[in-house]
Amino acid sequence: MVTLRVKATQTLGNRDGRAASAPGLIRAPATGDTSRARIPRAPGMNRKKLQKLTETLTKNCKHFNKFEVSCLIKLFYNLVGEAAKRPGVAIGLDRNAFRNILHVTFGMTDDMIMDRVFRGFDKDNDGNINVTEWVNGLSLFLRGSLEEKMKYCFEVFDLNGDGFISKEEMFHLLKNSLLKQPSEEDPDEGIKDLVEITLKKMDYDHDGKLSSADYEKAVGEETLLLEAFGPCLPDPKSQMEFEAQVFKDPNDFHDNMNS
Amino acid sequence: MGLALTRLGQWTAAGYRTGTLELTPLNEVLLQEITIFVEHFIYDHPQEAKFVFVEPLEWKTNLEPSAFESGYIVSETTVSSKEVDKNGQPLLFLSVPQIKVRSFGQLSQLVFAAKDAKLKEAQACIEANRDPVVKILGSDYSTMKEDSGALNILHKITNGDDVENETKTNIALLLKQLDLHLLNDTLRRISPQTRLNPVPVKDDTELLKSFWGKGEQSVLESTEFTSDRGFSFSDGCGEMRYVWAKPGDAEAPCVTCGAQGVLFPGGRTDDEGKIDYETKGEVYKDLVTFLKEKLGKFSENMSKQEIRFSEEQQKNQTDEVPKKEEADVICKAVSGTDKSKLEKNQINFGKSQMARRLEPSLNWRTTVDRKNRKISVKESQEEKRRGKLGKTRASVSSGRAQLSCKSVDKAEETISESSSESEEDEEPPDHRQEANADLPSEYWQIQKLVKYLKGGNQTATVIALCSMRDFNLAQETCQLAIRDVGGLEVLINLLDTDEVKCKIGSLKILKEISRNPQIRRNIVDLGSLPIMVNILSSPYKTLKCLAAETIANVAQFKRARRLVRQHGGITRLVALLDCAQNSVEPAQLSLYETRDVEVARCGALALWSCSKSYSNKEAIRKAGGIPLLARLLKTSHEDMLIPVVGTLQECASEENYRVAIKAERIIENLVKNLNSENEQLQEHCAMAIYQCAEDEETRDLVRLHGGLKPLASLLSNTDNKQRLAAVTGAIWKCSISKENVTKFREYKAIETLVGLLTDQPEEVLVNVVGALGECCQDYENQVIVRKCGGIQPLVNLLVGINQALLVNVTKAVGACAVEPESMVIIDRLDGVRLLWSLLKNPHPDVKASAAWALCPCIQNAKDAGEMVRSFVGGLELVVNLLKSDNKEVLSSVCAAITNIAKDQENLAVITDHGVVPLLSKLANTNNDKLRCHLAEAISRCCMWGRNRVAFGEHKAVAPLVQYLKSNDTNVHRATAQALYQLSEDPDNCITMHENGAVKLLLDMVGSPDQELQEAAAGCISNIRRLALAAEKARYN
Repeated sequence: MVTLRVKATQTLGNRDGRAASAPGLIRAPATGDTSRARIPRAPGMNRKKLQKLTETLTKNCKHFNKFEVSCLIKLFYNLVGEAAKRPGVAIGLDRNAFRNILHVTFGMTDDMIMDRVFRGFDKDNDGNINVTEWVNGLSLFLRGSLEEKMKYCFEVFDLNGDGFISKEEMFHLLKNSLLKQPSEEDPDEGIKDLVEITLKKMDYDHDGKLSSADYEKAVGEETLLLEAFGPCLPDPKSQMEFEAQVFKDPNDFHDNMNS
Repeated sequence: MGLALTRLGQWTAAGYRTGTLELTPLNEVLLQEITIFVEHFIYDHPQEAKFVFVEPLEWKTNLEPSAFESGYIVSETTVSSKEVDKNGQPLLFLSVPQIKVRSFGQLSQLVFAAKDAKLKEAQACIEANRDPVVKILGSDYSTMKEDSGALNILHKITNGDDVENETKTNIALLLKQLDLHLLNDTLRRISPQTRLNPVPVKDDTELLKSFWGKGEQSVLESTEFTSDRGFSFSDGCGEMRYVWAKPGDAEAPCVTCGAQGVLFPGGRTDDEGKIDYETKGEVYKDLVTFLKEKLGKFSENMSKQEIRFSEEQQKNQTDEVPKKEEADVICKAVSGTDKSKLEKNQINFGKSQMARRLEPSLNWRTTVDRKNRKISVKESQEEKRRGKLGKTRASVSSGRAQLSCKSVDKAEETISESSSESEEDEEPPDHRQEANADLPSEYWQIQKLVKYLKGGNQTATVIALCSMRDFNLAQETCQLAIRDVGGLEVLINLLDTDEVKCKIGSLKILKEISRNPQIRRNIVDLGSLPIMVNILSSPYKTLKCLAAETIANVAQFKRARRLVRQHGGITRLVALLDCAQNSVEPAQLSLYETRDVEVARCGALALWSCSKSYSNKEAIRKAGGIPLLARLLKTSHEDMLIPVVGTLQECASEENYRVAIKAERIIENLVKNLNSENEQLQEHCAMAIYQCAEDEETRDLVRLHGGLKPLASLLSNTDNKQRLAAVTGAIWKCSISKENVTKFREYKAIETLVGLLTDQPEEVLVNVVGALGECCQDYENQVIVRKCGGIQPLVNLLVGINQALLVNVTKAVGACAVEPESMVIIDRLDGVRLLWSLLKNPHPDVKASAAWALCPCIQNAKDAGEMVRSFVGGLELVVNLLKSDNKEVLSSVCAAITNIAKDQENLAVITDHGVVPLLSKLANTNNDKLRCHLAEAISRCCMWGRNRVAFGEHKAVAPLVQYLKSNDTNVHRATAQALYQLSEDPDNCITMHENGAVKLLLDMVGSPDQELQEAAAGCISNIRRLALAAEKARYN
C-alpha cells in the first residue's frame, strides 16, 4: 500500500525539481492531449474497464485532465487496496481511512471538521467514498473555484444542515480555538465573545445567524473568512506536496523509483 | 540649564571641554526649549531681564550686524546696544564674529533678531559657555559643584534681602526651573524601562548621606535627630544590595535593595546582625520612596520643606503632595523573593530627613509587570499626569534639582547601549503619553482582539485579524491603540509563523497602520524588516504583494531603507518586477494568488520608497532594476506607471541612471506618459525628464519623441502646483538646447511662461524664470517676452531672497537686456540698480549671475557711464569683488569691469579704487574663462593714465604671455589685445620679450581670426620698434 505521507527530504527534492514546472502541467486545460497520456495501471482491474472509468470521470470533472484523473484513480485503488479484494464489501474509503488521509496528508486535526469534510465527499451518504466521489471531491478540494469552495465550506460549517450557521454551531466549531487561560473564571466567555465578533463581522442581515448569503458576502469581501470556523480545505503547502506527489509524470523513471 | 546640558546634552566624542553639541533630536529639543525660555524671558520676567551678568556670555556668532535694528548702534562690523550698564558699557557688543551679551533682555532680543538661526546661535552660545550659570550669576551658583551649589542657593534665598541679591536668586531659581523642565522633558522622551540597579541605589545612599551632612547648617532647622548617624551599604550578590539602616528613633529598619525595588523585610532577627531576607513587607521602587513611606518623620519634613518653598515662591502647589502620595501607592507591587544570603556590613544611619521628593519619570517603570497590561496602562496615565505636574511646577527645591541630575545619570547608564536611535534623521515627537488621555472605546475593543490574537489558534486569529480590519485603521487613535496594547509585537510575530492566512491578515493590518510615522518606527524597532524581506521570496503572490506594500510604507525613513538593503530586500524587490513576464494569466486565481501585474506594482511601490537613499539607488541598479523598470514602463496601467516613474525620477538624480535611462530608451515612454490623464503620472514623468535633461542627447530625444508639445500644453493648467513645478522644470532643462527653444516658441510656450511669472509658488517661479533665461538667448524670444510684458515681473523678482530664484532671475534679466528696447524698460524700472545691489548678496552664485547680467545692461543702456556713476559706492563694490576667491565671480566681475571701463570717467574712478593691482594679482590662473575676461579687463583698463606702467609694475605682464600657450582662441584674442595695449610701455615690451612672447605672437599672426591677427601684429610691431630704437640709440 502506498501511503501518501511524504518524507520531508523527498518533498523538498520534489518541490524544487518538479513543482516548479507543475503549475503548467496541472493548469493545462483538459483538452485533446488525453490520448497521449499514458494511463497508469491500477491493480485488480483490467485495462479496458479502467480506461472507460477514466473517460467517464474526466468528462464529469471540471478541474482535472485525463492524466490527473487516472493518477487519482490509481491512488484511490492503491488506498483501498486490500479492502477491495474482500468480497461483499463495497469498494471505497470508510470514515476512518478517509480521516487518516485528511490528517496525514492535509494536516487536519479537528475531528469535527474532518467528519464534516467526509460528509462533504460522501455525496450518497453511504458511509463510503467511492471512486467517483473521490475524484469529484478532490476536484473541488484542490482546484475548486472560490464559489464552489464557499458552497462547500458553508456546508461543512452548517452542522445540522438547516441552511444557517447558528450561534450554537459557531460556538461548537470555535470551542477549541482559544487557549484556556487559568485566570479566566469562565473559559467559555472568550468563545462567546469570539462568536459575537464573528457575527458582527459576517451577519449582514442581523438575524443572529449566518445564512449562506451572509457568508458568501463576507467571504467576497474578505477571502480570509472562507475557512472562518476551522480549516476544512488543504493548506497550500500540503496541497502543493500532494499534487507534486500524485501527478507525477509516469515517464519520469527516477521519481518512480524513489517513491 | 547647566545640569541639563552637562548631563543630557549629547556632546561629540571630542570631549566635554572642546566638543560641540551633536546634532541629535534630543539636543535639538534642548536647544529649542532653551531658546523659547530666553525668548520669553523679557516678557515673563521684565525685572530679571535687566539684571547684568557677572561675566558676559561670549561666542562666535554668524549674525550680520545688519540683523540688529532699533535700539542698537550699528556699524559695518560692530554693533553695540544702546542699553548700557552702570559703568556705561553696552550690554550687547558685537564685533564680527565675536559677540558679548550681558543681560537676559539682550539675549531675548538677540534671539529675536536671529530669527531662523536662533537654534544655531543658542548652540554656539552653549558650546562656547559651558557653564552659563556661573557666568550669569557668579561662581557661587555653579551648578557643576552639585551638592554645595544647590544648598548655597537655598541659603541665600532664606537670608538674602537686598534687592540685587533677590533678583539674582530669582534668576537662579528660574534657571533651576528651566533645568528641571529640560530634564523632565528629556527624561520623558527617553522613557526607559529601567530596573533598579546597584548604581542608582549607591547614588541614592550617597545622596542621602551628603544631604545629611549639610542638613544642619542650612535648610533643615527642623531636624530633631541628634543620635549618631551613618550610612553605608555593601555589595550584594549580583545585582542586589543590602542596606541596614539605623535611624535615630527606636526601630532599626532593614532595607534590601533588589532588582525589583526596595524591600522592607522583617528587620533584624538576631543579635549578630543577620537579616531576615524573606520578604514580608512591600516593595518600594526606590530608597526614597521607602524612607518616605516607612519613616513618618522623613515624610513629614519633606512636606514641610515643600510648603516652605511654596510660600516663598507665591505659587500654589499644595495640592501636589496628595498627588504624590497617590502615585506612590500605585507604584507598589508585590514581587517574588529571590534574595540570596550574603555577608553584610552593618551601618548606622540617621534617618536622613532631607527633603527628597521622588523623581517621577525615571524609575517609574521599574515595578511594572509587563504582562499585566491593565496596570501598565494605569501607570502610564499616572505618569503622564505627573509629567505635567513637573512641567507646571514653578518652584524647585534644591534637593530635587540635585536628585534630577542623579536620575539623569541613571538614565544615561541604562540607555547608553541601546541608544542608536539618536542617529535618526527625522525623528517625530513620540506623543505616547498624550495619546491615551481619554481612551476611546476602540481602545478596549482592540485590546480584546489583541488578546484573542495572542491566545487563539489559527481560526480565532484569522477572525480577530479580520475584525480588527473593520476599525478605521487610517485613524491615529486606532493605530496607536494597536501599538499601546502590544498588538504590533503579536502582528509581527504572526509574520514569522507558517500560517499563510495569519500572515496575510497581519500584513493587511500592518500595511494600513504603517502609514503613521510613529508606528513605522515601532515596526522597524521590533525587527520586522528582515521578516518582511524574507516574505518577499514567499511562493504566494498575495503575501509578496502585501509585504512589498508594507515595506513601501515603512521605508519612508533612512534607517528603515538601510535595513531593507542590508537584508537583501532590494534584490528581492527587483525580482518582483520580473513577475509581470507571463502574459498568460490563469483565469482562475486561487486564494493566495493574485495577478502578476499586481506583484510587480507592489514591488515598484516599495522600490519607490527605497529609492530615496543613495545606496539603495545603486543597489537597484546593480540588481538589474533599470531594464525591468523600463519594461514595466511600456505597460499602460496607471497604478503601475506611477510607482515605476516615481522610482525612475528619484533615481535619475544619479549620473549612472541618466546614462542607463538613455540606453534603455526610457525617455520615449516618459514622453508617452506625459499625455496620460493622470496628473500624478504627468508630474513624475515631467520630473524625470527634468532630472535627465541635463544631458544634451536626452534633450534631443525628448524633442524627437514629441515631448515638447505635451510639456507646453501642460503649462496651461496651473491648479496643480506640484505638477506645474515639475513641468516648468522639464521645460527649463529642455530649453537649454536651441532647437527645443524654437519648438517652444512654435507652441507659444514663451507667452504662457511669462504669464506664470506672477502669483506662483517659488518652486514654480525658479523653473519658469530659468526657462525664460534659457529661451531669451534667442533674439526673437527676447522680443516676445518684452511684448508680453514679461520685463516688469522679472525685474520685480530681483528683490526676492530665494537664492536659486535670484540666480535664474538675474540670468533672465541679463538675457533680456541684450535687446535694446527691453533694456530701456529695465532701465526705467531701475532694474540695473537692483542687479547692482545683488552684488552684495552673500551667495557667490548670485553675485556672479548678477555681474554677468550687468554686462549687457551697461553695454546697451543709454548714458551707461552716467548711470553707473549714479550708484553710490557701486564702483568700489565691484572692484572689491575682485578679492573674491570664486572663479565664476571673478570672471563675471572682470567682464563687468571691461564694460564699465569703456567710460573714461568710470575707468578713472575704478583706477582710484585700485583696480590695477587687484587685476594683476589675479593674473596667475589656469582657468581659461577667467583668463579670457581678465585679459579683456586689463586691455580696457590700460586706457587710462599710467595704468599700462602700473600693470607692468604689478607683474601682470609675464603671466599674460603664458596665456598665449592656452588652447582657447578666445583667450588668445583677449590676451593679444591686452598685450598690444601693454606693449605701448617700453618696460612691458622688455618683459614680454624676455618671456618669449615674440615667437608665440608670431604664430598668432597666422590665425584666421582677424582681430587676433591685428592685435598680435600690433604688439610685435611695438616690440620691434623698441628694439630698433634701442639699437639706434646704441650706435648713436
